[in-house]
Formats: sequence, structure tokens, C-alpha cells
Amino acid sequence: MAESLRMAKPTEVEIGEQKAPVIAPGHTFASITDKIASIVLRRPITNGWLFGFAICFLILQWFLLAVCWLFYKGVGVWGVNIPVGWGFAIVNFVWWIGIGHAGTLISAILLLLRQSWRNSINRFAEAMTLFAVACAGMFPLLHLGRPWLFYWLFPYPNTMTYWPQFRSPLVWDVFAVSTYLTISLVFWFIGLIPDLASMRDQTTNKALKFVYGSLAMGWRNSVRHWHRYETAYLLLAGLATPLVLSVHTVVSFDFSIGIVPGWHTTIFPPYFVAGAIYSGFAMVLVLAIPIRRFYDIKDFITDRHLENAAMVMLATGWIVAYGYAIEAFVNWYGGDPYETFLRWNRLHGPYALSYYLLLLTNIVVPQILWVKRIRTNSIWLFFVSLDVLVGMWLERFIIVVVSLTRDFVPSSFGQYYPTWNDWSILAGTLGFFAACMFLFLRLLPAVSISELKTLIPQAEVTVKHEEEVHS
Amino acid sequence: MQNEDQNGKPHTEAVCPSKKDKLDLVQVRSDIEKKNAPEFWRSLEELAGSAEFREMMHREFPKGASEWVDAVSRRGFFKLMGSSLALAGMTACTKQPFEPIVPYVKQPEELVLGRPMFYATAFTLGGYATPLLVTSREYRPIKIEGNDRHQASLGGTDVYAQASILNLYDPDRSQNVSNLGNVSTWGELVNALREPLNSQQAKKGSGIRILSQSFSSPTLADQKQQLLKKFPQAKWHFYEPVNRDNVYEGARMAFGQPVETTYKLDAADVIVSLDADFLYAGFPGMTRYARDFAKRRDPDSGNMSRFYAIESTPTSTGAKADHRLSVRASDIASFAAHLVNLSGGLGVQMPPAAAAFLGAVTQDLNARHGASVIIPGDHQPPVVHALAHALNQQLGNVGKTVFYSDPVLAYVGSHNDSLKELIADMSAGKVDLLVFLGGNPVYDAPADFGFKDVLKNSNVPLRIHLGSHNDETAELCHWHIPEADYLEAWGDTRAYDGTVSIVQPLIAPLYGGKSAIELVAVLAGEGEPTGHEIVQSYWKSKESSQIIAGHPAPFDETWRKWLEQGWVDDTTSQPKKVSAKATSFSASASASDKNAIEINFRRDPSVYDGRFANNGWLQELPKPMSKITWDNPLLMGPAMAERMHIKKMDMVRVELQNGKYLDLPVWIQAGHPDNSVTVFLGYGRQRAGRVGNEQGFDTYTLRYSDAPWFANSVKQITNRGQQYILASTQGYQTMDTGETQRPAVRVKDLEDYKKEPEFDEEKPQPNETLYNETERERVSLNEPYAWGMAIDLNACVGCNNCIIACQSENNIPIVGKDQVNRGRHMHWLRVDAYYQGDRDNPKAYFQPVPCMQCENAPCELVCPVGATTHSTEGLNDMIYNRCVGTRYCSNNCPYKVRRFNFFLFQDWDTPQFKMQRNPDVTVRSRGVMEKCTYCVQRINHKRIDAEREDRKIADGELQTACQQSCPANAIVFGNINDPNSLVSKWKAKSRNYGMLDDLNTRPRTTYTAAVRNPNTELERSSS
Repeated sequence: MAESLRMAKPTEVEIGEQKAPVIAPGHTFASITDKIASIVLRRPITNGWLFGFAICFLILQWFLLAVCWLFYKGVGVWGVNIPVGWGFAIVNFVWWIGIGHAGTLISAILLLLRQSWRNSINRFAEAMTLFAVACAGMFPLLHLGRPWLFYWLFPYPNTMTYWPQFRSPLVWDVFAVSTYLTISLVFWFIGLIPDLASMRDQTTNKALKFVYGSLAMGWRNSVRHWHRYETAYLLLAGLATPLVLSVHTVVSFDFSIGIVPGWHTTIFPPYFVAGAIYSGFAMVLVLAIPIRRFYDIKDFITDRHLENAAMVMLATGWIVAYGYAIEAFVNWYGGDPYETFLRWNRLHGPYALSYYLLLLTNIVVPQILWVKRIRTNSIWLFFVSLDVLVGMWLERFIIVVVSLTRDFVPSSFGQYYPTWNDWSILAGTLGFFAACMFLFLRLLPAVSISELKTLIPQAEVTVKHEEEVHS
Repeated sequence: MQNEDQNGKPHTEAVCPSKKDKLDLVQVRSDIEKKNAPEFWRSLEELAGSAEFREMMHREFPKGASEWVDAVSRRGFFKLMGSSLALAGMTACTKQPFEPIVPYVKQPEELVLGRPMFYATAFTLGGYATPLLVTSREYRPIKIEGNDRHQASLGGTDVYAQASILNLYDPDRSQNVSNLGNVSTWGELVNALREPLNSQQAKKGSGIRILSQSFSSPTLADQKQQLLKKFPQAKWHFYEPVNRDNVYEGARMAFGQPVETTYKLDAADVIVSLDADFLYAGFPGMTRYARDFAKRRDPDSGNMSRFYAIESTPTSTGAKADHRLSVRASDIASFAAHLVNLSGGLGVQMPPAAAAFLGAVTQDLNARHGASVIIPGDHQPPVVHALAHALNQQLGNVGKTVFYSDPVLAYVGSHNDSLKELIADMSAGKVDLLVFLGGNPVYDAPADFGFKDVLKNSNVPLRIHLGSHNDETAELCHWHIPEADYLEAWGDTRAYDGTVSIVQPLIAPLYGGKSAIELVAVLAGEGEPTGHEIVQSYWKSKESSQIIAGHPAPFDETWRKWLEQGWVDDTTSQPKKVSAKATSFSASASASDKNAIEINFRRDPSVYDGRFANNGWLQELPKPMSKITWDNPLLMGPAMAERMHIKKMDMVRVELQNGKYLDLPVWIQAGHPDNSVTVFLGYGRQRAGRVGNEQGFDTYTLRYSDAPWFANSVKQITNRGQQYILASTQGYQTMDTGETQRPAVRVKDLEDYKKEPEFDEEKPQPNETLYNETERERVSLNEPYAWGMAIDLNACVGCNNCIIACQSENNIPIVGKDQVNRGRHMHWLRVDAYYQGDRDNPKAYFQPVPCMQCENAPCELVCPVGATTHSTEGLNDMIYNRCVGTRYCSNNCPYKVRRFNFFLFQDWDTPQFKMQRNPDVTVRSRGVMEKCTYCVQRINHKRIDAEREDRKIADGELQTACQQSCPANAIVFGNINDPNSLVSKWKAKSRNYGMLDDLNTRPRTTYTAAVRNPNTELERSSS
């Protein structure tokens, strides 16, 4: 199966002749290994990297301070209140989990769909997924009133005769997110093994050789290794694929199981998944565009990749827009007074501005992606992607916070004002995420060496030979 | 004293104040042990010589006091205070008074640990008693209930009485006798008084002045007489900022003598209020009036009364009116005059709406001869009272719904005149000894008296202040004596109907406080008798002479009976025949400038006249109409605000015609009359304590003796262009939200209700499920009990009492203004107020909202750790220990009755608060959710009792805290599996509905809809 997959790829390259190539011409196996490994092994640490990392690291320290203060004082340091029991923490959680979707989607689903262009972006997209899920995973813990008891959400044998309440979507979340994190991590690591071996072979530093060698787990590039590797990789891809859909479906249950107007909607699962992919691809672009610029790997991450990602965004963006439209339609068609009011409140309430901004950023602005020139212009794409990231954050803000401010009983209507700590923790996870990305770029091959090699013409040699034999 | 210094270590600046306090504590303990003192409070006084102690007392508050800037650090500070030296030892030494006090009838005399005991006593405010039964746990009074057998209470209480338990445990109460700021002792004071009193003896006491507040205590009145007999030239003055001068003066105008007027509202078909707030605490007899009023407001009874309110500042009482006319306070008099004259002829021209209103009222009144009642407000001028008397006589109400009797209060003259006379004497240097028996005139005297300066500058050689706090007045006195709380001291007092209650203490004074009668006894040279001796000896003398003449029982038994039942037999005032003086009141109409803006001064619904400023429960109690906490803004009608371009929370400067001004924020109050503003008294205290200091604005600075309640004296109101944050617990006071109207409160007019008693045509089916019955239903139907509650929105008078009762019963913390503003107040039970209709004179509804205890509870489903679960009896239980604080349950609660501990809101350290708490209720920590439990601890108490006796809990045996204290009987709780229980009967009414029951939550708490009884003609003409 693996064999046939690899055979398919060059063919596609040939078919898409009019399109930009997924790898620039002129590369050999050696040049690919050399180019990618050199980023980690030979390229000196530049001032730019140092500067960027230092800033992210500082933000990370600030984040730790904010978390310390939060744990010391209690969640009251946030803007949450009654009726708005969930604030930025849950907004950020859903947002980060959504971003985490793109990595697995790219590595698993596109693999199964034989989208060979994914090979040059899947590695860092997967890393991005891991870091994003790590960011997301912090929030359910941080937002607890008594965070030191977070483990009570896990079923484990104990003397308190205590067991989680499995009807609660929060318990489902625990399983969905932890499974997702585990599978993503394993998948990422398995994919890394051949490259780690390449790094081991490339480096001259003894210590690094030891580290990469240990991580490569004795990879010797034998056919048997390759056979088992490809099988495991495919199996994991098969496992990861349903998770892409399930995680955000389960996250959306947090809301759709609730009875709060604005939460209680059956459209949430598909709408959340589409939104997740939307924001995930936006984040991929936000990362890919500077990476390929600063590390000079435009050969591997070509305009073709950017354009494909932009098209995925456009498609998922429309699914999201459809979600908004159906939500509004059901608000009206259902005739429920609370739902009717919800619509009114979103359009005219105190948070109306955020709703209009949402429509602008998530629906109106991305429509420029219909223009091919913009799809292939990395500057434009970068800013559209940022815009989508903001838009998707606003969407979660509107769902979580704005719905809660005004639910059923008018006497209990409230407002939500984020505090410095709310903002610090949002910024802090961004800093954490970016710091992890900086480290990742310097420590591991950011582009999959082994998979990239399957894209160059030399990889077709055996195939050509066989074809000749047959003809 | 000197030798103590050897023991006292030299004082060093401790880095951590709490650490230092702990060191102190250890030392004090050892000191006490060394002394082997029989009485703890005495030994403290002796201890006072030690350097640390003096330092601590001198600073008034220990280190960290300066930290107190906002709610959070105040909390931190409370913790520091917790280990304060003087209190540390106290907790362990709770004692009953030495004299025998008698528990309530059926309780065993011996204390059974874990079982509450109940003692009858009485709380006094402005001289009027609220008869109480106080719950005592292990000798600590912890909860106030109304005395259900006393005619003035019938089980209900008012907010002030209900919250007074916190006054007892207020850690800021003064804790020692002080002389010129130094710690002293009672003994030293008595010594210091000896010489001046002896010298006064020769002058017949011409230099002695005593200033007290209003009181009704027969013992104190008798002591006053004794004192004045001994010192014939001495003078006893009275001052109370919220007084009843107008009431008595009005009676004088009408009858030539001051009389007490009481009403029998359950006999009245038509009630007309002339700016009277008779359904809110502070109005004498409110508890009884609320009960009688609610009794006649039952639309199913067939004789529902009709209530017209002619009102200035909107009150919760006016909100209950079927018709409310919003007029300026200064116009009430002419409206009253119209009512009196209407049968004759009209004088002044009335606006058509008002004329129609008055016409309808008159018609109704005339149609119900002898079955109506006119109630004037205490703050209305005497002429309004006189007119009301005339009208009540004219309508034949006297003897049927209105009764006259001898005044309850000991002093019926003018308080302002009395204080003025004192000031004149002080300025003239005639006063040698001035004794304040409670009260705080430096803070609350009329602005034009300049009492503070007089007290500071006049050379009164000896000034003694008896008070619960070292307050603004105490600061300017030589001596300050901590006043014993009513729960600490013996006394007696009279209810609005004249019935005397013996005030029996439940706990020995926490800080060695003294009562007024004990101080007066010293002044009168009667040695140092205890309060018990004084009160008992007075009643002994009375008993043999008049009251229970011919009673065969010995006095001890009689005394015991009085204590048990909570009142002294045969002391209720007898109706008195009074005849009206033939006078014309035509000169009544106020000659003041009609165009000037009127300013109203009202006692605050939360802190009264300022005396409760340091009571956190009351500070955080949302005011009934505005739901504002912790502040006293300027209330202004919407039309006026619009005209002046003033928005809610704008700072404005109110400038009087005499140039005085005050900056304060504005709250737009729907229904407030135009060209008129209202301020509440009691805020802006400087020395109230840590809770009350600097909260709100001192409006006494605008209050003048010639117009203590309202005056057309505002020159201008200017917008200062600044914003001020007012913390309101309810931001949206309308049920019309956006495009939809929400039926949280259901209302009908009586006529419609009679025609169509069903309220909701689309009532959800009783059981909307795919199954025949839900699992829960199956279980609950087989249980002996299924708890349910019904709240009658028609009976509820919005008096806020249930909020405080719940807070007291369930150890609910206060959170401070900042946290309230963030929407984090902790009240398990809230009273929602909704306005409807015309903003200038809207209808208003109150809805108490406890937990609904839904059978299909949305909160239970979503808790990941199973911290909120359903009991088989239908309670939605909260397991604090298990809660991790996801707050999902609160999000999913459509009623938003869940409360979350965002911080460590509870004060876990202050020893007084440890004593105050209900030991049956968990004290919640940070990060857990909490909510109404239907007072599950009370259920369990009764269940244990019933099971021991092998019977079921009887209907009515078990009451929740909110239900028990409700003066209007608006809340019923019980077993809904029993079709004969009262709650089942209420729930069977057609008026019964569940809030948001279309969500199929199946709430166990239901409401009976409000039914108004408007005058159809007036309704038609106004709409």
C-alpha cells in the first residue's frame, strides 16, 4: 500500500504541470537532506532567532507569573462572574484546540487522500498541533476553582469512592483531548524517526549524535524498517483521522449539551470542526510564510502549498458561514423567545460590535482568497490568515461569553470584563506556543526529509524502470 | 500597671502582623493563666497595662489597617484581625449571663450539645421592639427569628432585627472603656464620676445633661424619673435622626395630645398610604402590618383589599399598590387636604390625572365606610398626620381599623428642639457633665446645629459616651464605654402596640460592655447594680402595684413566664378615646417655592440612619427598588434626568440655596416624582468600622433642622462630568428585553382572574418524557417526603428579610462592593424586582428567587465530578467537598441561583465570626460552587426528631429560614407527596406556575402569580 502511495505522488506532479510545483526543480536526495539538516546542525544561531525567542520566552515568564497569581488568589482574578462562568479560558481552550486540528488533518487525512503536497508542511504542522493542544490543555486546568483537584476528572481507583460523572461533556473532553494529544504525539514521533536517523548521520557533534541516535531508535534505513514504518504510519493515520473529527465534536458538546440559548444547537459539531480546520490552516500559513522566508526553504514550501492551504481555508470558511446562517435561520424559524432574543442581542446588544467584527473577519475578508493572485501572494495570505485567527477567536468569544451574559432570567443578565490576568494568560499561551516553535525549528528538522524525498523526480526511478519493462 | 511592663517585651516592628498577633496570643494566654482570673473579661482589663496591649488598643486597629483599600485586601486584613489579642481568648470563654435566663417553653433547660435552644427577647429600633426568638447553639446566639406567639411579630422579622446578630459579633465594636483614648476600666469610670456627681448634688444637678435616643423601656423611663428626682435641675435630652416627631405632633394637632396610632390592616378593604412605607423595616409594627396586609391580598379569598399609594420616593410598599400616584413629598399635604375636603368642595386645582386618582380614591373610601384606613408616612409633616386622623374619623375607621392609645415612646416632644436646647446650654457653659446614652449626634445631628463644633469647643468638663462603637461622637468625649448589645444585656422594651418584652441576654458581654440602664444607675447613685437587678426590681415593684394585681403566683414564677413567652402580660396598650379638636388645616399647603427642586431625606433601607453602617450583611443587602449595595446615590426620576442630561452613575453636585453642596452619583429611579430628588441617610461614616467607613456619601451635611425630611431647597444640580461606580445586583430591571417579553413574573388583574383563573394556556404537560414516568419521579413518589416550595408573589412585599435570614442561616459571606459590581455577590436567595409600563410611574413586582430544586436539573447533568446530585427527596444537593469549580453548573442553570466562591470570600480567621456561624452548615472555601439547599440542615434536624418518635414530619413543623422569618407569610415549604400539606394546596392553585417551566426543568419551587386589584374605572381612565 505504501508503495502504491509513493508511486502516485510523482504522477500527480506531472498532471499538475500548469500549477506551481510542490518542490522546486533541481533537488536531489542529498541536497534535500543537506538543506534541511543544515538548518538545525550547521546554521548559526542568528540574532533574529535569538531576539524572537527571547521575546517569546519573556512572555512565557509573564505567563507563569500570571498563573502563579491566579493559583494564589483564585479564579476571581479573571473577569468571570455569575452569569458568565466561563470567560477567556474556555474561549482560548476552544480556539487552541481548533488550531491544533490542522496538523493532524494535514498529516493523517491528506495522507490517506494521497495529497502528496502535504509532505513538505506536515512536520511543522504536526508540531504546531502538539504545541497548540498543549496550550489548550492548560486552560481546563487553569480555569478550575480548585485546580489542585483536576485529577478528579479522571476515572482512577481511589478510596473516596469517587468516580467521574460520565454524563458531563467535560469528562468526554478529558478523554477526547488526552487521546488526541497522545495519538498526535505518537504519530509525530513515528514520522520523525527516519529524519532523526538522518540527523544522527549528519551531525559531527558527539552529544547530538547520541541524542538523535537514541531518539532514532536504531533506524538503519533497511527495507524491513521501511516496511514496518510505513505500515505503522498508515495505521496511525487511520487512527488519527476520526480523532480530527471527534475532538472538536466533543468540544462542541460542552456547549450544545447545555441549555443556554446560543449553546444549545445541533449544528455545533460540524460547524466547530469546520471552524477548527479553518483556523488551523490559518495558523499553518501564519507559521509557514515566515519560516520559508527566514530559513530559505521556498523550494520545499512553495506557492503551491500556500495556495492549497488558502483554498482549504476558503472552503471551510464557507462551511463556517453556512453555520452562522443556519444558526440565524433556526433562531428565527424556531420562534423560541430566548433564541429570538439571542439573535437580537447579537445584533443589537452590548457585544454587537464583536459580532459584526466576526462577520467581517471570518466571512467578508477571506473572500479575497477567490483571487488567485492573492492566494499566491504570501504577504496577503499572511494577513488574511491572521484575520481568520482573530475571527475564529471572536467566534468562540461570542459563543461562550456573549451567550452567557444574557440567558433566561433578565434579573441575572450580566456583563463580562476581561482583566489583566485574562489577557496575560491569552498572550502567555501565544508566547509559549511561539517559544516552542522557535525551539522546534532549531532542534528538529522542520520539514520531513524522508517524505520530501518521495516528491523529487529521482524517486520515480524504479517506477519508470517498471513502466519501461511493461511497455 | 507599672509592673506589667516587666512582662511585656519591648515592642518590635513585626514583619508579618499575623505572626506578631500569634505571639501576643500565646503571651496573653500565659498571662491569664498566671493570674488565674475567675472572670476573663476582668483580667483583660488588668492585662491592659502591658505594653503590647496598650499599643494595640491605641492604634485602634492592629497593623495592616492601612492596607484596607479595597475588598480584596480588606479580606486579607480581616484575616490579620482574626488573631487580635483581645479576642483571642474570648472564643474559648463564651458564657451565659450569671443570672438565670429562661429558655423557650418546650426546650429542656439543660443544654444538649448539637441541639439549638431558643430564647425569647426583643430587638429595639427607634424605641420600637421586634419581638424575637433567638436561636442559641452551645450558648452562642446564631440566628434571629420572630416570636411567633407575640402579636407584634407572629414569627416575622424585619431586616434590621434579622441582621442584628452580626452587630453582636462585629469585630470593630469597641472593646474596652477608654479615657482620653487610653484603655481604662469601668471601675475607674465609676471612681471618676464620684466626685463630679457629689458636687452636682449640691447644685441639684444643674450641670448634668443626658442625651439619649428614643426609647420605650419602662425601666429606663423609671430610672429617668428617679434621676431627675435626685437631680431636679438636671436635664434629659433626646435625639434620634429618624424620629417620630411628626407623628406625635400631628396627633397633637388633631387631638390636642400625642397618641400612638396603630392599624388593623386585615380589617381594611381600602388602604390609602400617604407616603407611608409601612411594609418595610423601620416602620413600627411593620412585621404585623405585612402579615395583615398580605392576608387580605389573597385573590382567592373573595375579599381582596385595594391599596392606593400616594407616594414620593418609590418604596417597596408603593410597589405593592394597585394604584400608585407619584407626587412630590411636599405636595402630599395638599393631596391629603383634597381627600378630606372632597365630600365638601375642592380648593386648589389638581392636574387631571391626580384629580381622577383622588376622585376614585374618595369614591372607594366612601363606599367602604369603617373598612378603610389612611396611613400617613412618618416623614410627612404633622399636618398630613392630622389630616389622616381627620379622614380616618370622617370615614368611621376609628375603633375598626385605626386605634389610638398612649404613646409607646418615652419622649414625645421634638427631638430637634431637645437637641437645640442642649446645644444652647452647652454653648452657655451650663453643662458640667454630659452623658451620651448611645447615639451619634456628631454624625447625624442637623447640619445647622454644628453639633460637632459645639462639642469640640464648648467647655464641658466631663463628656461620657456609651456606644457600641468608638464612633464620631465617642472621639470627642473624654470617656467611652462599650455598650452591651441587646443580646448581651438585660432590658425591656415595647412593641408598636405597647406590649412590653423583657430583653434577656443570651450571652455575657463579649467585651465587658455596659447597658444604658447600668450606666444610669451609677449616675443616679444607686451603686453598681447589674442590669438584671435593675430590670427585675422595677418589674417587681410594678407587679405588686398594678399590672398583675391579685395574681396568686410568686414573682419569680411570673418573671419566668414573661421570659419564656417573650412579653409581659397585660401591657398591651388599651385603645383610647380621643376627640378631634375642631381646627382647620387649610393653612397646610406649603408656602415654599414650588419650582425649586425638592430634596428628600429618607432612612436607608439597608443601614437605617447609619447605625448599621458596619454591618456587612446590610451594606451588601440590595435596596428593594434599585438593588444598589454599599452606596447611597441621589435618586432621580427618568424624565428629570433626561431633561438635565444626566445619566446613571454620573457624579452631580447638589447645591442648596444656602450654598451648601455635596457631590454624589445619580441613580435613575423609575417612578420617582419629577423635580424632586431623594438621598438616603446613613452613609459616609468616618468612624463606623472597617466595613462602613467611607462607604457612600454623608447626606446629613445637607439636612437642616427646619426641614429634616424634605425641602424645596435645591438651588441647582450640576453634572460634574465624572463617573462613579454603583454596585447593583440587578442590572436589567425590566422583563421586556430586546424584542421579547419574559414571563418570569405572571400577573393578572382581579377581574380577569375571576373570569379566567388559568394563567398559561400553553402550560407544559406535567410530564414531558418519552417514558411513562421518569426514574426520578418513580423514586420520589415512593419516598415519604418530596420537598417543595411555593412563593406567593401577591403576598411578597419585597422587604428583603428573607435574604438576610438566608445569609444568617447558611453562613453566606459578604464580598464587598467591588465584587458585587463584578457580579459575584453570594446571596443564595435574591429578590428580583421587575418594572413594567410607564417609566415615570411603573408597576413593580418582587420575586424572591431561591434554588428551584428542579427535578430535571440542568446543573446536575453537566458536573464532571458529580458534585451536585439529586436526593431521593427531590433536593438538588451540592457536595462542596467534591466540587472542583468548573462553574459549568452555573452556566447551565437557567435561573442563575448558583453562587461561586471566586476568592476565599469567607473570613476563616476572625474569632467573632466563628462564633456567629451556624454550626450545621459547612463554611465554604475558595473555588467551590454553592447554592440554596432548602435549608437541608433544618430538614435533617426534624427528620431525626421524627424518626426518633417514629412518625412522619408533620406539615408546618419544618420551616426554611426564609419562610420562617417572612413577615408576609409569602413562602410555604413542605412535603408535596402529601396532598393535604399546605404547599400542595398552594401548588394546586390555578395561580401556581413554575418559572421557565417551558424548559421542562420541573422546578420544585413554584410561584403563585400576582393578582392586582385595580379600580377598573381608574384603570380605564389612565390607560
